[in-house]
Amino acid sequence: MRHILSALVQNKPGVLAHIASMLASRGFNIDSLAVGETEHHDLSRMTFVVHGDDAVLDQVRKQLDKIVTVVRVDDISSENYVERDLMLIKVNCPAEKRPEVFLIAETFRGRVVDIQHSNVIIEVSGTEAKVEAFIELMRPYGILELARTGRIALVRGEPKPQVAEEGT
Amino acid sequence: MNTATPATPSSAYPLSGADILVQALVRQGVEVVFAYPGGASMPIHQALTRVADRIRTVLPRHEQGGGFMAHGYARTTGKAGVCITTSGPGATNLVTCLADAKMDSIPVIAITGQVATSVLGNDAFQETPIVEICRGITKHHYLVTRVEEITRVVKEAFYIATTGRPGPIIIDICKDVQTARHVPDWDPPMDLPGYRPFRRARRQELEPILHALRHSKKPFIYAGGGITHANAAAELREFAELTGIPVGLTLHGLGNFPADHYLCLHMLGMHGTVYANYAINDADLLLAFGVRFDDRVTGKLSEFAKHGRIVHIDIDKSEIHKNKYAHIPVHGDIKWALADLNAMLREEANADLIAGGRYTEWWRQIDAWRASDPLRIPERDDAILPQFAIRRLWELLHERHWLERTIITTGVGQHQMWAAQFFHFNKPRTWITSGGLGTMGFGLPAALGAKIARPDHLVIDIDGDGSFLMNIQELATAYTEKIPVKILLLNNQHLGMVVQWEDRFFSGNRAHTYLGAGDEHPPYPDFVTIAQGFGIPARTISDKNDLDEALIELIETPGSFLLNVLVPHQEHVLPMIPSGMTVRDIIKA
Repeated sequence: MRHILSALVQNKPGVLAHIASMLASRGFNIDSLAVGETEHHDLSRMTFVVHGDDAVLDQVRKQLDKIVTVVRVDDISSENYVERDLMLIKVNCPAEKRPEVFLIAETFRGRVVDIQHSNVIIEVSGTEAKVEAFIELMRPYGILELARTGRIALVRGEPKPQVAEEGT
Repeated sequence: MNTATPATPSSAYPLSGADILVQALVRQGVEVVFAYPGGASMPIHQALTRVADRIRTVLPRHEQGGGFMAHGYARTTGKAGVCITTSGPGATNLVTCLADAKMDSIPVIAITGQVATSVLGNDAFQETPIVEICRGITKHHYLVTRVEEITRVVKEAFYIATTGRPGPIIIDICKDVQTARHVPDWDPPMDLPGYRPFRRARRQELEPILHALRHSKKPFIYAGGGITHANAAAELREFAELTGIPVGLTLHGLGNFPADHYLCLHMLGMHGTVYANYAINDADLLLAFGVRFDDRVTGKLSEFAKHGRIVHIDIDKSEIHKNKYAHIPVHGDIKWALADLNAMLREEANADLIAGGRYTEWWRQIDAWRASDPLRIPERDDAILPQFAIRRLWELLHERHWLERTIITTGVGQHQMWAAQFFHFNKPRTWITSGGLGTMGFGLPAALGAKIARPDHLVIDIDGDGSFLMNIQELATAYTEKIPVKILLLNNQHLGMVVQWEDRFFSGNRAHTYLGAGDEHPPYPDFVTIAQGFGIPARTISDKNDLDEALIELIETPGSFLLNVLVPHQEHVLPMIPSGMTVRDIIKA
């Protein structure tokens, strides 16, 4: 099963390396990992997409939580959440192909962000399925380069406290 | 003794980073550090001379020795053990000590010098990215690049190392930070929003345990090192005595429940007692207190304790369900949990659970196992069997009423398992051994650290010739620092445990497990001459008739002493449940 874990971590040197090496040494496979600062400059949010059964997920979560610089971990898969993946894709696109490529981009609510004589860069964001579908449609034109952020996600509604309830 | 003037503790004028560091250690209550100097840590050593009246600096002869002395100190006291080295090789020599401390949950704080911030990352002389190396083998780590951070880092390091599930911390301090001057804030706020080490399980979480007890006919307590770290031996004993439930202990659980108590079934697992392993296999309720379901206890996981429900209480919630699913998981401090359970048991509504005779049938079965399969030592008069030497040492100390003030350390291998089997421990923190990592060479330096922590105790390193040779240089520390420790060396000229596995699983083919110099030579090396070279009296025996008198000499000679006991290498540690197998595969003799 696919899970999305959302972790708030202290924005300190080495935190990403620590988490990455813990995941690697314990043999957890991560499909995607996105990191960025939050509204608090001393906290970052990491969003992980992990495949595995409940036991694996339970361990990933607890091992993440055990890292001193990890402030809070949530498995948001079962909650009402919004997820996005941002992609920049450079497609082979001579002038005569532009109308059809641009039409596809528009249908996906993508934006053309650069035009060269023979290629264009298109920005697309959305769910994983949508981004994957767009990639498939661009294949026949020739994909020159591609970059994705990986999944980011937020739960809808009131935010949770930064520090998890731990009893006394 | 150093006569330098101590630095003023409440300084309103700038101090060097190194002085701030050692003053911060003083404020943490550090009384001893194990420190080997080098280029990148010299300022710290200079500063240590200025606090010599408050912190003893012990100079080991190898950084790994210093690291394991810190282990000995920490494991004996529960306080943080501090070791200090320079950068590069000094730091990498501590890696094994930190990995060991992580596995056994020991609060070791390693302070390493690092090259100056201006050249950090440039492959400078003796530069090693030690924090990168140690991330996975420490509880937390710090690279200190600003002098302002020192007091906060030290405060956080001691807090993290000694709370929750204890563990090692590395503090890597750049050399220019050690010499930079600053007016410190001695009590800065900690910045640990994600670290919440304390948890007391709620009553609602504990009640299912009583419910499970009420439905159990064959309960079993499986208690480990978590009891030591939580200082919960008294609560464990009360719980066991109130309920009358048998107690099996892990290697690190030894001492947390008195070995001479009727309820004690001694050690579990690969080289545990037959009766403890039969009982845990047969139990219908497993009460796992401060344990991690290590493979040396469980053998084949799917077969382990499969007849019963499992209660698992641990302060580290990542241990719960990690190896074995727990039907009643409780995340919390075991001392509090047991104290609360004991209080609940004393309530009138639970009087049935503490009524005697609940488990009469169960105890009849256990007593039958105890009678049919006790630990055995083969009868031999032509040689000193290593297990026999250990048992005689225990008996002689017992007769002299010295057990209360005896601490045993070990290396790793057969001698370690025999010590666990035949030296009976009644108190926590008197049995100091490298369990999870299994580091050979642990025994001697750990004994030195333990002796510093408990100068009024008799500290004996029960060691093997392979392990002892790995940190033998610390005999120099014992002599020069006047730290009197005893070494009972069970010398079989082989790597005994590997030999045992060769015999069992590799048709006895010897693959580099012989440590001697050939049949035509006397036993090699000549440990007595080596010890004497270090200034330590020593003696070799091989005749069983000399054993008692030699052991008494070991115990009673003032100062350090090495007793080199020549033992046969053909002995196997038994019983044995081979790796990855089950109690049905137990080899009894």
